[in-house]
Amino acid sequence: MRPDTEAALADIVKSAKGPLAIQGGGTRGLSPQGDVLSVAGLSGITLYEPGALTMVAQAGTPISEIEAALAAENQRLAFEPMDHRAVLGTQGEPTLGGVISANVSGPRRIQGGSARDYALGARFVDGTGTAVKNGGRVMKNVTGYDLVKLMCGAFGTLGVLTEVSLKVLPSPETQGTLMLRGLDDVAGVRAMSAAMGSPYEITGAAHCAKIMEGGSVTALRIEGFETSVAYRMDRLKDLLKGFNVDMNVADATMSDWIWKSVRDATLLADVPEDIWRVCCKPSDAPALMARSSAAGWYFDWAGGLIWVRMPAGDDLRAALGAFDGHATLIRASEATRAALPTFHPEAPGVAKISAGLRARFDPRGILNPGLMGPVAREIA
Amino acid sequence: MEMPIPDPAVLARKDRVVARLQAVLPSDAVIQDPAETRAYECDALTAYRCPPMVAVLPASTQEVSEILRICHEEGVPVVPRGSGTSLAGGALPTADCVILGVARMNDVLDTDYDNRTIKVQTGRTNLSVTGAVEENGFFYAPDPSSQLACAIAGNIAMNSGGAHCLKYGVTTNNLMGVTMVMMDGEIVELGGAHMDAAGLDLLGLVCGSEGQLGVVTEATLRILPKPEGARPVLMGFDSAEIAGACVADIIKAGVLPVAIEFMDKMLIEVCEDFAKADYPMCEALLIVEVEGSEAEINDQLALITEIARRHNPVALRESASADESARIWAGRKAAFSAIGRISDYMCLDGTIPVSELPYVLRRIGEMSEQYGLRVGNVFHAGDGNMHPLICYDANKPGDLEICEEFGAEVLKLCVEVGGCLTGEHGVGIEKRDLMTHQYAPADLEAQMAVKDVFDPQWLLNPAKVFPLAVSETRRALDVAAE
Repeated sequence: MRPDTEAALADIVKSAKGPLAIQGGGTRGLSPQGDVLSVAGLSGITLYEPGALTMVAQAGTPISEIEAALAAENQRLAFEPMDHRAVLGTQGEPTLGGVISANVSGPRRIQGGSARDYALGARFVDGTGTAVKNGGRVMKNVTGYDLVKLMCGAFGTLGVLTEVSLKVLPSPETQGTLMLRGLDDVAGVRAMSAAMGSPYEITGAAHCAKIMEGGSVTALRIEGFETSVAYRMDRLKDLLKGFNVDMNVADATMSDWIWKSVRDATLLADVPEDIWRVCCKPSDAPALMARSSAAGWYFDWAGGLIWVRMPAGDDLRAALGAFDGHATLIRASEATRAALPTFHPEAPGVAKISAGLRARFDPRGILNPGLMGPVAREIA
Repeated sequence: MEMPIPDPAVLARKDRVVARLQAVLPSDAVIQDPAETRAYECDALTAYRCPPMVAVLPASTQEVSEILRICHEEGVPVVPRGSGTSLAGGALPTADCVILGVARMNDVLDTDYDNRTIKVQTGRTNLSVTGAVEENGFFYAPDPSSQLACAIAGNIAMNSGGAHCLKYGVTTNNLMGVTMVMMDGEIVELGGAHMDAAGLDLLGLVCGSEGQLGVVTEATLRILPKPEGARPVLMGFDSAEIAGACVADIIKAGVLPVAIEFMDKMLIEVCEDFAKADYPMCEALLIVEVEGSEAEINDQLALITEIARRHNPVALRESASADESARIWAGRKAAFSAIGRISDYMCLDGTIPVSELPYVLRRIGEMSEQYGLRVGNVFHAGDGNMHPLICYDANKPGDLEICEEFGAEVLKLCVEVGGCLTGEHGVGIEKRDLMTHQYAPADLEAQMAVKDVFDPQWLLNPAKVFPLAVSETRRALDVAAE
C-alpha cells in the first residue's frame, strides 16, 4: 500500500483489519510484522524559507532531495542524519519521515542537538485513522503539548507521520578536524571532554581505539568561517598539548570524509558480529566497554555514543548491568532478534506510561505492533 | 476569565486534607490560614487572583510524592508553582486546590564539568544555575527575562526561551533528564546524564506541559562553556519592512548571531527615556549580537554591518566597549519595566514566520487605532517571537476587557499568518480559550489523551491550557467518581 495523500493514508489505517508495517525508505532495517504501508508516495517539499531557516516537507520526501534543496541555499540539516544503508546492507532511499520517526542524528548531535531538536511541527495519522496536527513552522512554539517530540523517536508506533516542519541552519564556510594519535580510551575521553569544555564549539568528537588498524585516533571537528577555523584549531592544539601525543589537522575534504564515516558507522559495515548502539554518560564509556565482552567499539559524541561489535547472540545489556543510559540492537541475526528486544527495556513506571500512550494513540495495536513494547490489546 | 466552580465536597474536606498533609510535612510547610494563603493567590498575570484552599512547601521528592498521594486519594486538585512568575496564569490557583510550591527545593545536587551537566532541585532559580557554574567558565543557556526570579520548575513547565535561543535553543533543547512525581505519588525517572533518552520522548512531552502531567522535582541540565566574548551592534531603519529584510539577509549570508532583537518606535522612546541607552530615534531598531574571540567578532560584525549598509540604515553603531554593550542591552532588557512605569500593560508572545513581520506590525497598528489603546513592539527577530505590549488603564472600568479583546485579535492574526499563540510564555488561563483557533478538535483531543494517560482524573492544574468547555467532561470525572 502506497497512498499519495494524507486522506488516502488515513482511510487505509481506518479500514485496516490487521497490523501495518510503516515504511519510509525501508533503510533502517526494522521489519515489524504486518502489511507494508509505505509513506514514500507522500513526497515533496511544500515550503522552504531560507531567510526564516524553515522547511516543510511531506514525510516520504527523500533526505537527498531535502539536502540538495538546502545546499542550493548554503544551508543544511544541522543534526547530520545517519544513513544506515552501509552498515545494514539495505537498499532504498532514506526519507524525512524515517529520520524523524527514528530520531536519527549524527556526530553533530553532541553540539547542536538531535533530530527532535529541529522538528518544529508535524502532521500524523493515529491508529484510528484520525489526522492530527501539532506544533507549526515557527521556531518558538509552546502552544499546547509538544506531540512533535513524542512522535519523533516513536518509530511509527503512535502514528504515521505525513508532514514535518524543520528548523534548518546555514552551512559553514569550511571545516577541519584535529587528529590525536595513540590515546587509550580513558585518555581519549578526557581529551574529548577537555575540547568540549572549551569555547571553540567542537561539532564532532570521536575516538576509535579498538577497531582501526594502526593504533587509536581521536578526532575533533571545528566548523565555521575560514579564519575562525584556523584560529580555533591553533587554540585547541594548545589546549591539548598536555596529552603529549602526535597531532595533525585533516583539511576540509578529509574532514568531511572522516565524519561521514563516523556518522554512518561504515567501519562496521563488513564485520561479522552483531552491532549495538549505546547511549551513556560520556565519562562512563571506557568502563562500560571494559566490562563488556565486546569485540570492538568506537566512541562518538565525546563518549556519549558507543558503536559496539558484539559476538553474535551475546546480550550486551546483561554484561553492562544498570547504567545511566540505554543500549539498542542495530544489526543481528533473526535468532538474536527473537531473543533480545531491539530497544532497552523500560523501568516499570515509564513502561506503564508508554503502554498507556500506545493504547490511546493506537487502541487497536496495529501500528508497528510490538516494535517498542507490548501491544496494548489484541486485535478483535 | 472563567474558572471552574470550586468543588464543595473538596472544600468540605479541607480539615481532613490539612491534617493528613500535616502528618507528612513539617508544620511550617503546610499553609492554610486564609491570611497566609493570599500570598499564593496569583502569579505575574496579576489581573486574576484566587487564594488556594491550602499551600504546601515540600523540601524533597519524597515529600512531593506524599503530598500528591494524599491529594490523589482525597480527589483534591493540585496546582504546581515555581516562583510564580508566569505571565499566562499558569500558577493561578482554584479555590479548592492545594498549591504545591517548590521554592524550598533549590539545592544543586551534582555538577559534572567532564560531562557538562548540572543536576538541581527544580525550585532553584534560572540565574542561580548559571551562578553555580560560572566560576568554572560554564553557563546555563536558556535566559528568560525573569531569570533572576523564575524557577527551573516553571521553565520546564512552560519550555521557557529567552533572547539567546536563536543559537542555544529553549529549555527542551537543554534538558537531559528529570525526576518527576506522578499525580498518584509514583516517582519516575526520565532521561538522565546521557544524550537521547530511551524509548518514547517522554522528556520532550513533559517539557512545556504546564504542570499538567506530573511535578518535576529534579532536573539534569546541559551546561555550556562560556564563549570567549560577545558584542552587539545597533542598527536603526526607516521601516519594519527594511529591518525585516536586513534580518533575512544576515541569516541567508550564513552568519548565526546569538541574538537579533527588534524594537519599534514607541518602545525605543520609552526605553530611551528610562534606561538612557543612547538609542537612535527611528521606526525600527535592531540589536544583533555575535560571539567568539575578538578577531572572530570583528569578522562577523564586518559582514553584518556590510549587509546592513545595503539597507540604508539611519543609524549603525558597533559597541566599542563592554560598558557600551551593557548599555545597548540595558535598554532592551528594561523594556517591560520601562513601559510598566508609564502604563498598565498586557504582554503577548505570539510567534509568526519572520517574513510576515511587516504585515503583522501594520495590522497591529491599525488595531491600536481601532481599540484606542497604545501598543509597543519588541520582537525576537531571529525566531519570530513577538512581544506586543498593549497599554491599558487598570483603574478604568472596561479597559482590561478591551485590552484582552485586542490581544486576542493579535494572537488570532499570528495564527492566521502561519504562526502560533505563544512562543515562550505558555497557554495557562490567558490563551486557553483561543486554542480552538490554532487547533482542530482532533488536534486538541490528541493532546488531552496524553493528559488522560498521566493524570486520568485531571487533578493536576486542571483548568489550564484547554478551553473549559472542551475539557469539561474529563474534569467532571473525579467529581462523578465520588
